[in-house]
Amino acid sequence: MRTDDLISALAADHAVEPGPRGLVAAAIAVGVAVAAVLFVVALGVRPDAVAALGTPRFPLKFVLTLALAVTATRLLLALARPGADPRRAARWLALPTILVFVALVAELLAVPADAWSARLVGRNAAVCLVAIPSLAIAPVAALFVALRRTAPTAPARTGAVAGLAAGALAATLYAAHCPDDSPLFVATWYGLSVALVTVAGAALGVRLLRW
Amino acid sequence: MTADDRERQWADWMVAGLGGDEAAYRRLLTALAPALRGKVRRALARWGVPDADAEDIVQDALLAIHLKRHTWRREDAIGPWIEAIARYKLVDALRRRGRRGEVPIDGLGDFLPGDDDPAENLGRRDAERLVDRLGGTQGRIVRAVAVEGTSIRDTAQSLGMNEGAVRVALHRGLKTLSKLYRVEP
Repeated sequence: MRTDDLISALAADHAVEPGPRGLVAAAIAVGVAVAAVLFVVALGVRPDAVAALGTPRFPLKFVLTLALAVTATRLLLALARPGADPRRAARWLALPTILVFVALVAELLAVPADAWSARLVGRNAAVCLVAIPSLAIAPVAALFVALRRTAPTAPARTGAVAGLAAGALAATLYAAHCPDDSPLFVATWYGLSVALVTVAGAALGVRLLRW
Repeated sequence: MTADDRERQWADWMVAGLGGDEAAYRRLLTALAPALRGKVRRALARWGVPDADAEDIVQDALLAIHLKRHTWRREDAIGPWIEAIARYKLVDALRRRGRRGEVPIDGLGDFLPGDDDPAENLGRRDAERLVDRLGGTQGRIVRAVAVEGTSIRDTAQSLGMNEGAVRVALHRGLKTLSKLYRVEP
């Protein structure tokens, strides 16, 4: 087929798909809705949640996980567009990182040293490591369906950031169940769980995000 | 015409095309083909790859530019967007040739005009075979519109379908064709 013939066929095709922003927004809505159902059925909000909202540490968990979810999603949109420079969006990831460090320093100052390890180990680290990746499955799947319709030129990196965003969303849900509120616990176990989802996202990206 | 003027012209045609102006969109693709061809040939020459594959890569890139044009926003410069897609398709083609690791991912240089050579406007992989592999209605419609130059309306009439269904099948056919370019020859 001559290239001119191909151009004729392309010019005759007027179908334009929706832009990355709409696709990713829809994916997050669907992915979070499915994860929320799973959360309510399998875990549920912890009984003292309303009272805990009055403490500093419980609401802080949502600030940290949501800051990561929002900044990771911004970066994801930059990665979904060919030629877009992702560096500016990537720098915004410093925001949740700085917030975590500030929270860690504040916690170390507020809590006596002999209580640090108990806070870090917490009560249910194993549940956290299973729950966050499990809750992330639906958001990861929905984001990948959306991203396959975009044009990521760095499939592994894009998959990793999709995992990061999905992991942060899953961690936001899980935070409502988790009885451990110390930043020492959150940075360690939430961090490890989200890292697992990020690595899985990178591996999936290499396979699924080529176009 | 400077490179900036040229890219502004491309962006104008793209905006018109996204608004349904088929003539403007065809002008864009017709202008992009020689720019891509020059870029691909220079890159293949630099890496010592015979450029018999060049036109396949050009066609693959044009298909990608078309099928992914919803990822371009009118507030973005169109040059870097096209450049990124062309580079991705080029690296992908070379990777499939088993040249993994030998392909620099930047420094493909700017688009240069004047590389058009209509006589070599033919893909080595013979995209008609790819169209054959599309099969069924998709294949018939892509063949009719592309190779035979039939209009959507006439294609719809000769197949006894409505125009909307023909357009849907054409779009799906082009997506399938894009996948077939990426399969090993």
